[in-house]
This record gives sequence, C-alpha cells and structure tokens, in this order.
Amino acid sequence: METHVHDVLVIGGGGAGLRAAIAVAETDPALRVALVSKVYPMRSHTVSAEGGAAAVVKPDDSLEAHAYDTISGGDWLCDQDAVEAFVREAPEEMLRLEHWGCPWNREPDGQVAVRAFGGMQIKRTWFAADKTGFHLLHTLFQTSLKYASVARYDEWLVTRLLVDEGRCQGVVALELATGEIHALLAKAVILATGGGGRVFPFTTNANIKTGDGMSLAYRAGVPLKDMEFVQYHPTGLPFTGILITEAARSEGGWLLNKDGYRYLQDYDLGRPEPTPVLRAMELGPRDRLSQAFVKEMEKGRTIETRHGHVVHLDVRHLGQRVIEAKIPFVRELCLTYEHLDPVHQLIPVRPVAHYMMGGVHTDLTAATPLPGLYAAGETACVSINGANRLGSNSLTEILVFGARAGRAAAAYVARAPAPAPDGPARAQALDEERRILAQVRGNGSGGERVATLRTAMQRALEAGAGIYRDEQGLRRAAEALAELKGRARRVALDDRSRTFNTEVVAFLELENMLDVAEAIAHSALGRRESRGAHQRTDFPARDDHRFLAHSLAYGSADDPPRVEWLPVTITRWPPGQRVYGR
Amino acid sequence: MPETVTLEVRRYRPEEETEPTWQRYQVPFRREWMVLDALNHIKDHQDGTLSFRWSCRMGVCGSCGMMVNGDPRLTCATYLETLLPGPVRVEPLRGFPVIRDLVGDLTDFLTKLKRVQPWIVRQTEGPPAQGEYRQTPDQLAAYRPYAMCINCMLCYSACPIYELEPSFLGPAVIALAQRYNLDSRDQGREARMEVLSEHDGIWACTFVGECSAVCPKHVDPAGAIQRYKLEAVVAWAKGLVLPRSGT
Repeated sequence: METHVHDVLVIGGGGAGLRAAIAVAETDPALRVALVSKVYPMRSHTVSAEGGAAAVVKPDDSLEAHAYDTISGGDWLCDQDAVEAFVREAPEEMLRLEHWGCPWNREPDGQVAVRAFGGMQIKRTWFAADKTGFHLLHTLFQTSLKYASVARYDEWLVTRLLVDEGRCQGVVALELATGEIHALLAKAVILATGGGGRVFPFTTNANIKTGDGMSLAYRAGVPLKDMEFVQYHPTGLPFTGILITEAARSEGGWLLNKDGYRYLQDYDLGRPEPTPVLRAMELGPRDRLSQAFVKEMEKGRTIETRHGHVVHLDVRHLGQRVIEAKIPFVRELCLTYEHLDPVHQLIPVRPVAHYMMGGVHTDLTAATPLPGLYAAGETACVSINGANRLGSNSLTEILVFGARAGRAAAAYVARAPAPAPDGPARAQALDEERRILAQVRGNGSGGERVATLRTAMQRALEAGAGIYRDEQGLRRAAEALAELKGRARRVALDDRSRTFNTEVVAFLELENMLDVAEAIAHSALGRRESRGAHQRTDFPARDDHRFLAHSLAYGSADDPPRVEWLPVTITRWPPGQRVYGR
Repeated sequence: MPETVTLEVRRYRPEEETEPTWQRYQVPFRREWMVLDALNHIKDHQDGTLSFRWSCRMGVCGSCGMMVNGDPRLTCATYLETLLPGPVRVEPLRGFPVIRDLVGDLTDFLTKLKRVQPWIVRQTEGPPAQGEYRQTPDQLAAYRPYAMCINCMLCYSACPIYELEPSFLGPAVIALAQRYNLDSRDQGREARMEVLSEHDGIWACTFVGECSAVCPKHVDPAGAIQRYKLEAVVAWAKGLVLPRSGT
C-alpha cells in the first residue's frame, strides 16, 4: 500500500472543498494541501445549483435583515452566532468570487445585480442567469489551478478516516483508475463531500450525492446534527426530479392547482398579486410550499400523471424576453426533459428531496469534535440553516464556511504533530484495504445486489420520513433500514476487476447512504414536535420548551444510533412566529 | 413503439482482454428514457461490470459524454426514441485513451487547460472591501457564451485535428482561454497568447467546425479559434508575436 503525506487533505472538490483548498493555500503557501475527489472537481454537484447566492451589498439592505430572514426561515433552530458570522462574511466572499471572474448578472452601470428569493424580505440574491452553481464551481475550479501548492487526487474515493491518539490523521482512498488503495496522511482533514439526497427515490441530487463525508464522520464517532431536517424543493420535474429553480417564481412565476387557481393563498402565505411580493405566496419558504402541495393533493386539487401528482408552474406571462434573459436554463431543461416550451406551456412540478439541513456537527470555525477533522458545506451542520434553509443561502454558505474551514485547518496544522507513517493509522489503512479487496473478490458473499438494496432503502425512507411523518411510519422505516444494513453485508458484486470498478464504488456509496438514512430516521423519531421541514402529524406543534435544541446522532456499529440534544444558541432574536404574506 | 431495444456497447476490460469487444444488451424501451437510463438499467439489473461515468443527469456536469451511433453525445440528453429501431451503438468518446469500457482518460485536457491560465490575471488585485469590478451587461455578454463550456469533451471527439495532432490544445481549452481574454476584468491576454501562438496552440485547426456543431451548450469553439488566429496575425504584423508554426 502506497502512503502519501500532506499537511491538509480536503475531501470533495465542489464549491466548499475548492474554497477551502484555496483558503489553505492563501493562508500559508508552504502548506501541502491536497484535494481528493471521487469525480473531477468540475463534475461536483455544486454545478447543478441554479438560482443564486445571497449576500448583503445593496444600500437598502442590512445584515440584520439577512440574519432575521435566515433565522425565521429556519424556524429558530439556527445557531444565531453562526448566522451572524455568516451574513457578516458573505459580502466579502461574494466580492472575492467576483474578482476571481464569476460572470454575475449586472445592472446597466456595471454593479452586480440582485434578485428576489423565497423567504427573503429584500432582493439580495446574486445570480449568473439560472446557472449560478455552474459558474461558481467553474470559477473556483479554474482559479484553484493557479495555486501551485494545491495537489489533486481526481477520481479517488475516500472510504475511511484514520484516527489515532484522538486525532484525525488522514484517510484511506480507492484510486478508481487502478483500483489501488492508498493511505493519505495529514495533520488535518476537511470534509466537503456535499449532502446525500440519493437516499430518497425522487431527488434533485446528482448520482454522486451519497452522504460520503457524513458517513465517514459518523463511523469515526463524530455526531451528525439535525439529520431529521430534509428540504423538499417545491418545484421538481416529474420522473427525472430535475430542479426548476426558485428564480422562476422570483421572476414572477405562479403555482397553479388543477383549476388554474393560485392555491398558496389558502395556506396563510398572503394574497395573490399579479407581480411578486417578497416573503409571500410563491416567494414563501420551501418547507411551507412543499407542505401546501401535500395538503392540496389531499383535497384532490392536484393533477394526476403517470409520474405522480403535480401542480403547474406558470411563467408564460413573463414573456420570452424575460425567460431568455433571466431563466434560460429553465426553458432548456423543459424543452429537453419534458418536451414543452414554458414560453407557451405550463410546467408540471412536484416537491422533490433537495437538500439536507443537517450534517456533520461543527462549531463556528468548521471544526468537528474530533481534533484535526473539519467539515463545510452541505456535509456539515454549523448550523445556519436550522429547520429549513432559505434558497440562495447554501451557495454562500459553501464560500463562507469553506474559507473558514481552510483557515482553521491551516492554523491547526501549525501546532499539530505530524502523523506517524508507521503508527496505528497504517494498521487501520491495511485493515480497510483488506475489507475493500474482500468485497471486490467476492469473499463470503451472499447474492444480494446493490441496486435492489438501494431501491428498498429509498422506498423505506420516503414512506417513513417524507414531508409528513409519524411515530409508526418512522419506526417501520428504521426497522427496514436495520434489515437492509444486514443484507448489505451479503452483497455480491458482478465486477471482480480492479480497473475503474464502478460497482464497488456503488456498493461503498450504498453503505454510506444506509448510515445517513439511519441517522435521519432515528433523529426524526427523537424529535417529537413539528418544526420547519420536520412535520410530525402526531406532534403537530413546535415545542420550544423541549426541542429548541439540535439533535446529535452518534453512530454505533451494531446498534441504532444514540440521539442526544444540544441547546440552540440564541443571541438577539428570541423564538417567534413565522409570518409570511401578512 | 417497440417493447425492447438493443444496445451494442463497446467493452474493454484491460485485466481480461487486450482488444476492445462489442457486447449486446436488450433493455426495455421506455419513451421517457435517455441512453443513460438504458445503461443504468443494464448496470443495475443485467451486468454490474459495465463501467461508465454519470452524475447530474441534467446536462450540466459534463460526465456522460459517449459516442452514440458514431456521434459524440451527452447520454443524459439523448432520447432512445430518437435512435429507433436500433441497435444503438455506444462507445467511449473518440480521441481519448480508454481506461475501461466507456471511461476515457481526461488527463490531457486538464494539463492543457492549466497551460492557458484559465483564471483572471491582474497586475494588481483590489481587495474585496473596495467592491466589485464594474462590468456592464454588454461587457458580460462579450465573453459569457465562452463561459458556458461544461468540459464534456464532445468537441474533442468531434475534432479531426485532435485525433491526428495530440499536441493541439483543442477546442474547449481555446474557447476557455478566449473566455478570460474577452473578460473586461482580465489583463492576461498577452501571457495566454504566447501559449496559444505556439505551433500546437491554435494553428493546427483547419476550421472544420465540427466542434461547434456538436457542442451541447452552443459555445462555438470554432469561432473562438478563428477570432484568435485573426488577432494573432494582426499582432504578428505589428511585430508583437511570431507565429511559430511550420505549417
């Protein structure tokens, strides 16, 4: 087994990972930083983000207002010190990205333009048409190429953290092209692997979103925080789950039921006006809009199709010129994947699993409780998103906390001891090599297929831990997941070769997803209240007395996770009522 | 509509065979399926050994480019229905060394991309606190089309020159160099011109135009190359740059 030594390892090459790697390089060019990603960085799922990134830059806006929108949007589960740091550093991060070349849309005088977004009381969302994530990712990736101290391991899948003397000292990774398994040692490791939307059957998330970093931390004893909070985006295309950006509504799109009625007016989201009203109707928060869809379906007022119930997103009244200028990708996606032109036709949409508010427990510096281990972006939970993330906060989050993780890791390695190449970490690495090779060679296998178990997992989780949940459904999901974990030990692969074995990758990803799914189900069982995206029909009210607290799920090899509770940090905004449209 | 469709897939497993082979699979036909859906059906239910890359399945990550019936295509955006009655022939993208099955090696592209300095070059970099560099909508429009490249490599597969002259920078790299050259915030044009003016930079292109024809994002690399050549000749006439091409 080959061993490679660096100062800092960044796991994941999306926006958070690239920003972290650049932050390490800028803090101290002498540090050897390596970016390890299971795909080429420009393939990362940041690429699919569409609508924009929020930061206060306009004179009519304020950090206060951004913080309040975020905290009320998150149903008061956000840590307010984290939100304050986030909104304060957001403008500088966004300006830095502008200096690095991101093609932001502009005002006629050359200033950056902003657009409205759901749950935001002022226009503050920077955008690059409706391909903001794509441009942000490519800008970061291309900019990262100028830093000589950033090494890359493209198409290497990290499968285990190496932990010795109570510190994270590196990782084990599978090099896809050769099938070789390597030990990568470092003083600090930053997890930036994104979320795990693929645990659900119907998701906007790319195939690579399998919760890898969350599982790596969970298995190393680091808790996952607030995993019960999964965001359903209200407007996904049926069958594919492809996202139709919230920008379609912020530019003036309407949501219509089967009678052509703007049904959100029946769900305490305000009155229908011809033009968009901030924090109202179609510009309400995502949790409330997705929940309204379910209620509307129960009333029999949605449209039944071959791919489930839908409502209609109507952008026809915006006209071709606005659609082409502001949301051209919406049109491209509809033409390609639905054979319809939104300039003239209604877009069928339904809620779709989109984002995980929860993730690896970190503090404000992106540090986890395990010394030497950091996490940023969707993988992490700081938490600024609370019980429901506002659209356009996540792209900004990967910049702010990616940079924070990089700076914190750089500071840490200055005083951390170097990992010992022949210490216990090496034994752990050899152990992991044996485990993976045994799987590839088919030792002790029992005939289960990856795809069968993956589908069963997705169905179980959706049935029990979807938009609305209850005790019985969650218990059933948890039991099904425990059984699937057992069956996963009996997976037999067709593919016994080492070279670019994508089946063993799919198997390792399945194991990761089962960890994430288990943490979601058990955290949701523990939270006996309804808050933001977590709606319990058996506990329909928010309970600040018992649950103004984060869940922390600690993994266990053979037992269900242990769930503990950590009080929310409140600084200036005492818990209040979420008010939209009035 | 047929109930099934046949896929003929190019296989190459270097641990087992020295030469690529063809393998036939029969998959259900579904009207809403892309070629990628058919490949995933094979992978999940028939043959877990078939290797290929994919991720976003919405035409923006650039992972799933393959030759489909001889043309470079994004398989996540190519309906099976358009290829009936079949068989549908699926091969790895032309012009790249094959690692295995449908997986090509992109190292060459990434090496060349870095050579053209695809980042904003400034003599002095203003601190973010001073605010944004102003850029009007017209200035944005000047380079934006070239910023739409998703690095899917279809243009390299379509390019007859890249196949014959592996040292040619190739369409996407030149388009991305142009993306920064045309950005009003950038001052790196001269440094990039040196790389582009080398004999394997832009001069190998004979303007076949296939790159622009296959681009799924309408980037028009051929236009970028022609524009560059013109600039280089003008610069050469002014004595600034010497085209070092032998051809």
